[in-house]
Amino acid sequence: MSVVPVLQARGLVKRWGRVTAMDHADFDLMPGEILAVIGDNGAGKSTLIKALTGAVLPDHGEIRLDGKVVNFASPQEARAAGIETVYQNLALSPALSIADNMFLGREIRRKGPLGDWLRMLDKAEMQRIARQKLSELGLMTIQNIGQLVETLSGGQRQGVAIARAAAFGSRVIIMDEPTAALGVKESRRVLDLINDVRRKGLPIVLISHNMPHVFEVADRIHIHRLGRRHCVVDPKAISMSDAVAIMTGAAEPPAAAAA
Amino acid sequence: MSTNEPARPAAADYEKALVRSDQRVAEFEEDAPTPLMRLQRMLHSQPTLIPGIVLLLGVLMFSVIVGERFLDPFNLSLIVQQVTIIGILGVAQTIVVLTAGIDLSVGAIMVLTSVVMGKLAVGGGVPAPLAVSAGLIVGMVCGWINGVLVTYVRLPPFIVTLGTWSVFFALNLWYSESETIRAQDIETEAPLLQFFGTAVDLGQARLTFGSIFMLLLCLLFGYMLNRTAWGRHVFAVGDDPDSARLAGIRTERTLLSVYSLAGLVCGLAGWALIGRIGSVSPQAGQTGNLDSITAVVIGGTSLFGGRGAILGTLIGALIVGVFRNGLALSGVNVLWQEFTVGILIIVAVAIDQWLRKATS
Ligand SMILES: Nc1ncnc2c1ncn2[C@@H]1O[C@H](COP(=O)(O)OP(=O)(O)OP(=O)(O)O)[C@@H](O)[C@H]1O
Ligand SMILES: [Mg+2]
Repeated sequence: MSVVPVLQARGLVKRWGRVTAMDHADFDLMPGEILAVIGDNGAGKSTLIKALTGAVLPDHGEIRLDGKVVNFASPQEARAAGIETVYQNLALSPALSIADNMFLGREIRRKGPLGDWLRMLDKAEMQRIARQKLSELGLMTIQNIGQLVETLSGGQRQGVAIARAAAFGSRVIIMDEPTAALGVKESRRVLDLINDVRRKGLPIVLISHNMPHVFEVADRIHIHRLGRRHCVVDPKAISMSDAVAIMTGAAEPPAAAAA
Repeated sequence: MSTNEPARPAAADYEKALVRSDQRVAEFEEDAPTPLMRLQRMLHSQPTLIPGIVLLLGVLMFSVIVGERFLDPFNLSLIVQQVTIIGILGVAQTIVVLTAGIDLSVGAIMVLTSVVMGKLAVGGGVPAPLAVSAGLIVGMVCGWINGVLVTYVRLPPFIVTLGTWSVFFALNLWYSESETIRAQDIETEAPLLQFFGTAVDLGQARLTFGSIFMLLLCLLFGYMLNRTAWGRHVFAVGDDPDSARLAGIRTERTLLSVYSLAGLVCGLAGWALIGRIGSVSPQAGQTGNLDSITAVVIGGTSLFGGRGAILGTLIGALIVGVFRNGLALSGVNVLWQEFTVGILIIVAVAIDQWLRKATS
């Protein structure tokens, strides 16, 4: 294969005491594609993406970004490399405002001496951008962008986390169950957003338990089972029930797809 | 979960109704909160409101009970002077508590730094500015040690600072040889050490440089917490360290900077302490630890981290000062001062618990 995967992992292992969350897991994300990752609860999907984004340090294995080996020691480093992630727990600070959360760790300072010398934040600018990004996403109309995140509903919080990732992702966007708490209408917006992002050429990793969503948007489906990639299937060549059967161990993967 | 229902309808089927659905998107509407809930939320977003009201009520109460003698500008400014040290230590304590930590060693660091300044400048032959700098550096190193133990060795802040409290205090006794440096000696050899004791008269009110410095320090840290990225990170780390880390904050660096800065501020408190009492005594400032925690808690900063304000701590310190002063002027036995402060602490923590329920 001549195309270099944007993000690739080989033989990732992660153990916590006697729990093996990743057991020689492999992963490939191709340029411009939407890759869905599905698997049972506890299959190790979240651990896999945490390892890819520097949030978990794998015990063994190798990760490559654009073909070059990377060793992210923290989520910050992955972010600096252009990988934005919506973690399953959303990684928001409830006591901070929506705008503060969106700019956490990449705050904008005032121009001139106030910013350079006194390190004063440009709150107005950050609020303006945050409001713009949120309304672009269409997930919610914002009355008060200075509202604390703890006053938002679960779905609204998810919207903030997604808007943050979509706003800043420049290389890869990873979403761990982004629609889990969203209503039908809001889920639709997120799927639209995913398609928009793909149109811009950014590859996306989507972890979801929602098979209709997965089959609708995914170019390829990575089926994760017992801490490793079980197989990769083409959603156009397989039925939802077969995919679920493979995922749960009720059926063997098609010979060509086995990883 | 869809895992066990492979026969779910395809995306388009169940979403058809969406076409006719309300096209407005989710709005931030309140689900008709009761007045109590509304109060709870308001107090929750304005943590200094209650302490502010309590301070006001305290002042009103004592103006009625004690009258003129309490409201006298000199007396009121005396209260500000009396809370200078608690206020400065309170700044250090607040930033630590905001990270869901606690610093039991602030008092010990303060005394140690004042002893270092005194010993070096008086009889040590070191020029006073250098002696002061050395003291401040010692304070910062002490805080840094706390920070390393909390951040990198991952010990609980309570245990770490309980330990370093004893260690720093023992070092203080060893270095000072348990001897006091007399005020006259400091005055002749290194008056800079008493700088913060200098009084300024504003009409009938009398402030010291120390109390003015405390107010400026509160302003500075209020600014840092609310207007700089560092401050946002302190709140985020205290609120939920795991989320903060995933959101891309270098939580370890933030924590270490908080403890180091707290140590530096304790050093400043040590300098101000010399101004306040005139001399350098290894036994001074014994109540600093608990008083600073009292000010922080009464000031509405949550011991669980992520919520609070420097202004609250300043008000908290003033509340303690007003009640002590007012009760003393009322001729009430000293033990009732302690009693009242104790009640205030418990009430403050109870309110914090109640407010935390506003979001859970
Ligand atoms: N920090 C941790 N410490 C110990 N065990 C962990 C930790 N994180 C995950 N695990 C374990 O690793 C395994 C995989 O967890 P993971 O969260 O990756 O699963 P998942 O596929 O994302 O599941 P879900 O669909 O429920 O989100 C689980 O058995 C879990 O208990
Ligand atoms: Mg998961």
